Amino acid sequence: MLRLDKVNKYYRVGTHSLHALRDVDIEIADGEFVAIMGASGSGKSTLLNILGILDDYDSGEYRLGDTLIRNLSERKAANYRNRFIGFVFQSFNLLPFKTALENIALPLYYQGVTRRKRNQIAAQYLERVGLRDWADHTPSEMSGGQKQRVAIARALISKPRLILADEPTGALDSETSRQIMDLLSEINAAGITILVVTHDSEVAARTRRMIRLKDGLVVSPHDAGASHPQLARQPQTAAES
Amino acid sequence: MIDLDNWREIWAVLRSNRLRTILTAAGVFWGILILMLMLGFGSAMQTGIRRQSKGMATNLLFVWGQNTTKAYEGMQPNRWIRFRHSDIDLLRTLPGVEWLAPRLQLGGWMSNFNVSYEGKTGAFNIFADFPEFKHIVAFEYDAGRFINDRDIAEQRKVVVIGKAVVDELYPPGVNPIGTYIKISGVYFQVVGVTRTLRTGQQGDRDAHTLFVPFTTLKTAFHINDRVDFFAMTARPGTDGPELERQVREALQKAHHVAPDDKVAIGSFNMFVIFNKLETIFFVLWAISWIVGGATLLAGVIGVSNIMLITVKERTKEFGVRKALGAPPSVIVGMLIKESIVLTAAAGVFGIVVGTGMLAAAGAILEKVPDFPLAAPVVSLQTALVAVGVLIVAGALAGIMPASHAASIRPVEALRAE
Repeated sequence: MLRLDKVNKYYRVGTHSLHALRDVDIEIADGEFVAIMGASGSGKSTLLNILGILDDYDSGEYRLGDTLIRNLSERKAANYRNRFIGFVFQSFNLLPFKTALENIALPLYYQGVTRRKRNQIAAQYLERVGLRDWADHTPSEMSGGQKQRVAIARALISKPRLILADEPTGALDSETSRQIMDLLSEINAAGITILVVTHDSEVAARTRRMIRLKDGLVVSPHDAGASHPQLARQPQTAAES
Repeated sequence: MIDLDNWREIWAVLRSNRLRTILTAAGVFWGILILMLMLGFGSAMQTGIRRQSKGMATNLLFVWGQNTTKAYEGMQPNRWIRFRHSDIDLLRTLPGVEWLAPRLQLGGWMSNFNVSYEGKTGAFNIFADFPEFKHIVAFEYDAGRFINDRDIAEQRKVVVIGKAVVDELYPPGVNPIGTYIKISGVYFQVVGVTRTLRTGQQGDRDAHTLFVPFTTLKTAFHINDRVDFFAMTARPGTDGPELERQVREALQKAHHVAPDDKVAIGSFNMFVIFNKLETIFFVLWAISWIVGGATLLAGVIGVSNIMLITVKERTKEFGVRKALGAPPSVIVGMLIKESIVLTAAAGVFGIVVGTGMLAAAGAILEKVPDFPLAAPVVSLQTALVAVGVLIVAGALAGIMPASHAASIRPVEALRAE
């Protein structure tokens, strides 16, 4: 599905250089449900941006499927993001002046799908996330959980192979968080690879594998997925978040 | 990409900051309004002044005799120059002369003579003319014709009369053609009734004029060898000053006038006047575009400025769009469309209001036909050019902010708040 080989990323801060990712090797297979964990500044956001083709890396190799993702033009990068990757953000990032339906349909607009067709498809996805009656509502009329459902539907509409979720429950209460994670699990069960960046161990516990980052290094890249119920109870993990 | 969502999006964005949109649009509105008003009144002035010289050839030259101021070839100064019949043939041979109309007024310049028809009498101007005069001042004919060559050759006692002569002497419903009217005791048969194209004082004088064949008048009233003045048009390719030079040279030689005596032969060169007018019209037109255009430019810069602020505020939104797969070209296109819509909507509103104001001014000005300001009209062509200018201006105003928005890297755009 995707593979990182000795990926390094530096940030230049004044005269200093910050080594944000150090020789990161990650391999994720089709259909996995993976949590990327780490404290603030551990490099997890940087990793997510690189995986999402939102940012470049300095050395190493990133392959998404069979495609080497490196020095792409902005146009090509936009095209790959549109077709291969769905994003779910902590702050939902819905366009405030568009209805739920129009928000969901947006990725198809960038594919040049006609308005009638993309709204038809968007309606199906809206139903899938349980918000059929909310099509004509704008985000300001919806609760946080509903907004995140719309965002998930938007991420799904272009039938991506990979969903990148950046703290998807960070702005939600625990009951709503649980529902969102249920939805993500359901989507994963349908065969879509999901990567969740989080520092919430309960969220991580719902995934099937965990990658921990510390100071730009992968600490336990191949942590056994089966062990996660214990992980959730480990005090040091909770402390780190 | 013409998509309904596109337009709804633009509408939503423009509406989301209503006051700012209105103020920005006001700048463009004001610019185009000024441009419309300036162009409208500029053309109104042009039409108004042209109207006053309507019916006259624009390449005209008039020459008449005056007093000499210099001694020359044994002649004393202060001698009155009187043109003779021999001057007619002399001027006809000049290369620059197209149509030559020697003229003679019965009794001299600005004299009136009694003209009567069946007991009714009025005072009118009597002119002796050649057929060529119709190329100097254009008339329309309510009935009949102008003087022709046979009238001249056979010295026919015919007359062409102005509209006022008919109105003042003939009972209503009587066709003047074929009737006889008496000019200072001599009967002439009416062969034509003219209607002048000129307005105001000149038009009035045309209406009160009777035209008699040059040769007839000379014989009938025993006028000796004299021509009051020459009116002529320049042959195509000869400009006004050149024609005037040729005519002066010939006449100065024939009448023994010192070549440097500028006073002895008077002249009026329409050509020069028209040229000056055309220059003034051009300058007026250019100023309209410069001032109006500059005002519009200020409005457009306002649009560009606001778009830059908008782009800054919406950076996060662009980040989201980019993450969802919007290529830079779509972001650029979206913002340029937004800019064009704002500029064009404000501009078209300005054109409509401007046209309304010009129409209102026109309704008033139409009632004063002799005023040197006609009803202002902005041609459809000008309006279309203005709309074109607006669209281009809107696009230009959008380019800088749009390319700025497109150039922000998605990761930075998403981080913005």
